[in-house]
Formats: sequence, structure tokens, C-alpha cells
Amino acid sequence: MKLSLGPILYYWPHQKVADFYQQAIQSPADIIYLGETICSKRQELRTPDWLELAAALLESGKEVVLSTLALIEARSELSSLRKICDNSGCLIEANDIAAVELLSEKKLPFVAGTSINIYNAHTLQILHKAGLQRWVMPVELNRTTLKNILSDAQKMGFLDKIETEIFSYGRLPLAYSARCFTARAKGLQKDDCQLRCIDYPDGIPLHTQENQSLFTINGIQTQSGQIYNLLDEYSAMAEIGVDIMRVSPKSTGTFEVLEQFSQAILGETISAQLIASDVKNNEYCNGYWFGQPGMDTA
Amino acid sequence: MELICPAGSLPALKAAVDNGADAVYIGFKDDTNARHFAGLNFNDRKAVKALEYVRAHNVKLFVAINTYPQPHSWSRWKDAVDQAAGLQADALIIADMGVLDYARERYPDLNLHLSVQGSATNIDALAFYKKTFGIKRAVLPRVLSMAQVKQVAAHSPVDLEVFGFGSLCIMAEGRCHLSSYVTPESPNTCGACSPASAVRWEETEKGRESRLNDVLIDRFSEGENTGYPTLCKGRFQVEGQTYNALEEPTSLNTLQLIPQLDEIGVKAIKIEGRQRSPAYVEQVVRVWREALDNYKKTGSNFTPRGEWLDALANVSEGSQTTLGAYSRPWQ
Repeated sequence: MKLSLGPILYYWPHQKVADFYQQAIQSPADIIYLGETICSKRQELRTPDWLELAAALLESGKEVVLSTLALIEARSELSSLRKICDNSGCLIEANDIAAVELLSEKKLPFVAGTSINIYNAHTLQILHKAGLQRWVMPVELNRTTLKNILSDAQKMGFLDKIETEIFSYGRLPLAYSARCFTARAKGLQKDDCQLRCIDYPDGIPLHTQENQSLFTINGIQTQSGQIYNLLDEYSAMAEIGVDIMRVSPKSTGTFEVLEQFSQAILGETISAQLIASDVKNNEYCNGYWFGQPGMDTA
Repeated sequence: MELICPAGSLPALKAAVDNGADAVYIGFKDDTNARHFAGLNFNDRKAVKALEYVRAHNVKLFVAINTYPQPHSWSRWKDAVDQAAGLQADALIIADMGVLDYARERYPDLNLHLSVQGSATNIDALAFYKKTFGIKRAVLPRVLSMAQVKQVAAHSPVDLEVFGFGSLCIMAEGRCHLSSYVTPESPNTCGACSPASAVRWEETEKGRESRLNDVLIDRFSEGENTGYPTLCKGRFQVEGQTYNALEEPTSLNTLQLIPQLDEIGVKAIKIEGRQRSPAYVEQVVRVWREALDNYKKTGSNFTPRGEWLDALANVSEGSQTTLGAYSRPWQ
């Protein structure tokens, strides 16, 4: 089992990003994903900066993957995507079919991120033929479906040619919109958003009128309110054939979490309770993995 | 431009055909389509009747098989494709790549349309679907602005269909898991968003409350219009404010955009609402037929008549309509 550090889903200042990846080099993560996946207006780091950072990280000996935008609407967004696909020098995570198209035309391998809809082995095989070498399972799928997909892939004869990665820790990516909910919360138009996302390094919490944590607003993305945490499922995942567990960055505690995942993989007994200690009331959810509503805790 | 109309039942299908639909889209009675609601959709017998009716009136029949099968349920989606092919439907509206591939391999002559649930918002994504599955048309997600639709239309490798009227998803379709985060069902897996089986209404001292799997979605004071508790349309607390944090309950209405959509080369307008009544279908299709016919005569001088707008406003969710992402008042 390998450990990955997912792309930063929030908008952090350039220096914070640079410091974060300096720490990442020292962390137990085997694979580092980086790049802007949410909003093309976030330009603390521009495409050349991400490419440069990726090149620097490659020298550290870590596997480096450049993640790309999930919702591509504007022509300018397509041209940035083309730039990344042309120049990266490292593996790319496709989060929209546009990236799959561009990379498959170039015969380059790719990772399919959580927002590529792979719900069965037939789809997985089609994308494998197009160049997929790793997939991150859509977050709403459960362990039984995963087991069945992988066993179908084995029957179809391509299981050993792909890797499977599971989003295992962090706020779940749940939805993408053309609208910006951060701008809406601040009473601003999207075009005049003043890049306010930068004030919210972990997004903006959204609660019900009964003060129950429900979602997290992150610009055009809606995330889960609670932290998804599958640390306890490490052995079950290994048994099913999962290759990589992903930890999704938050503004504090990410490297402690990676450390604890790493210890669990090395055989230490670590409880998911412990890992959630920096989260309010130790709350976390894991429902999706067990075939329940995502916000449930099994 | 073709007018593509919804039918969740035989009476709705007849209403659509009788009032001027160019094509009607239906789904089968299971989770293979994105309006998998109790009492809705077509079994084998009803599907044959639907086909007879549209054929007799020279209207096309599209079948939506636009949810995502998982390994345990794969055969149901395969059966749905077989059944639609057996009906000789004029097109299948599909989202999942595995299902697209099966349909193409097994029935190479079938017209395949990429469902809005396939979430293709740009020309490169469309190129992939055309190259890999030979799709003839794609339904664009309701997240694009008019300028962006124009941009896509100018370079699209396939015909484009856009939503003209009905409920408004603000999230990119096919990429929204809000429903399964709170309830056991989602659009991708079950063809249901914020499912009725999870809804509970309660009268309380604080007002009328709507809940989804026990989670409070909204609370209405006396006399306030209540709306269905779709997750993205609830009133929530963000930084101490209580408001429709994601979206207000409004409907999409693009009647006034007819000339622009036609000029940029959009081939078909889709009316949402297979879950709505035959009376709704009748009303909406009649107005849109009249408007499209009127546009054919008046061309760029076309302006929507007040009576059309009134008629559509009357059947809209929240009684308010908007141009949605096409005009982007929030941009």
C-alpha cells in the first residue's frame, strides 16, 4: 500500500503552498499530487509555477502527478489544460474528459481523478485503453462495488495493468457548479469575487438551521461538512487490492495525518478516533465506504 | 430547432405529441434512468404503446438510459439498451461509457446521444465521446453561459441540445453527490436526487420543517411558499447568516433566448420534467411550440409574448423563472 497526498483543494497563498510542499518532501507520502483543480481564477500559482514546482518535487524522488481542473467551461481553461498536457514532464491527473482526450491523443498515460465517472469495469477498461494507468474511485461508491469492479477487471484481463486509489481522508469533493458559493456568501458577483477563497484555507462551513454540520463551501465546489476518514479500513482495502490511500490536504495537521496513516500501514494499531483529534468533537464520517449515506459513521 | 419533450407516463407522452413535440424522451421503469420515481416511466407494454403513438404522429422517440450501472446491476442497463434497440427508438440518451460502448458494439446503427449526466462541457470532452462511441448529439450541462454555449457550438464535433425550460440543476450534472451524502440515493447511482422516500414534513413551533433523512433542509413561517426539499435549494447557515446558500428555488426559462440559440447553431431545445404531470407537459409544450413557430416567421424580430411567459410562470417551481447560467446574473 502506498500513500498519496492529494492536490490542495483550497486557495492558499503562494508561500503557504511552497512551505507545504517543502514539508511534503519529508513526509511519508509516496505520491504527491499538485495543481489547481477547482477554479481557474486562483492564480497565486500560475501554470508555469505549478510546472516548476512539479519539476522541483520530482528531484526529491517522490512520484509527482499534476492535477487538472475538474470543471472546464471557458476557452482559456482549455488552453491552460493543453499547456499542462504538453509540458508537464510528469504524470497527469485528468479530472475532466477533456484531459482524457488531450492525453489519449498524445498517447500519454494518465490518472483518472474522483470526478471522472467510473462506476463499472467496462468504463474502466475503455479508459484504460485510452491511457488510464490509475484511477481514484468516485467518492460515492462503496467497498462492495469496488471489490466487484476489480474482480471484473481481473476477468477482463487488465487488472494488473492499473492501480486503484481511494480517497481516504479529508473533506469529500461532492459537487461542482458554474456558480461560486464563496462569492455568494460574501455578497459578491463571481466576476468580482476578490478571490475571497484565500481567506478560507479550509473552506467555509455550512450548517443546517439546527447547527448540524452539513457541507463546506469551497468556491465553485461543495465539499462534505465532515472529514471522511477510512484509516481503520486499511487492511480491508489491502485485501480488496487497493494500491494507494489518498490523504486530502487541509490547512493544519495534514502531515500528522499522513504520519498516522503511514504507521497504520506499517502495522501499528492506530484508531481512526485518534487521527481525528484535531477535528472538532472528533467527528468524522465514513458512510460511503460501507454503502450508507456519505455523512453517516458506520 | 427541434423541441424535445419529457414524458413520465403515456398521458404525458400523448400531451407532448398532441401539442407539438418533435421528439419525446422516456425512461424505463427502473433505475436505468435519471427520473427513477415511484409511479413514473414505462414498462414493456407501455413503451410499445408510446412507440405506436409517436409513430402514428410522425414524432421521434428517445429513450434515456442515463444513470451509471455498477457491477451488480450491469445486466439491467444492458437489458434497457436491448429493449430500446428492440423498440427501434430514434435515439438512446446515455451517460455511462460502458453502456455507450455496449450500445455501439451491439447496435452500430443506433443513434447515440450523450446525456447531460455525461457532463461534457467543452469541445475536447465532446471529441472524446464522438471518437470513442460515435455519438451524434450531446446535451449540454446547465452550467454554461450563453457565450460559452456559443463557443462550444462553433467548434463542436457533434450536434448540441440544450435545456430550455424546467427545473434547474446548479451543479454540473453527473458530478453531484450531494444527495448520496445525505440519503441512500443519488442521481448517478439510482436516478434520484433528494428522494421522496427520505422526505419528512413536520409542523413545529418554529414553523413548517422539511427534512431529508432527518437533516433539516428548510423551515417555513406561516404563509410562506414551501418548496420540495432538494438539497441544493435549502436554507442553511453560513457565517451566521441563514439563506439559500447554494441556490434559490427557481426554474429555468429561456424562451427569450430562442433566436440566439438558433443563430449559434444549437439543434434542439430540451424541456425538463418527466416527473411532472400531463397538464404541465401540455402547457409547456404548447407554449414552446407556438414560440418556435412564431420565431420561424419573425426571425430576429422575435419577442416572447406576455401570455406565454405568464403560462410558463404558472407552472414553474417557486413561480419564478430565470435564464439560469445562460445569463448569469450572479456572474
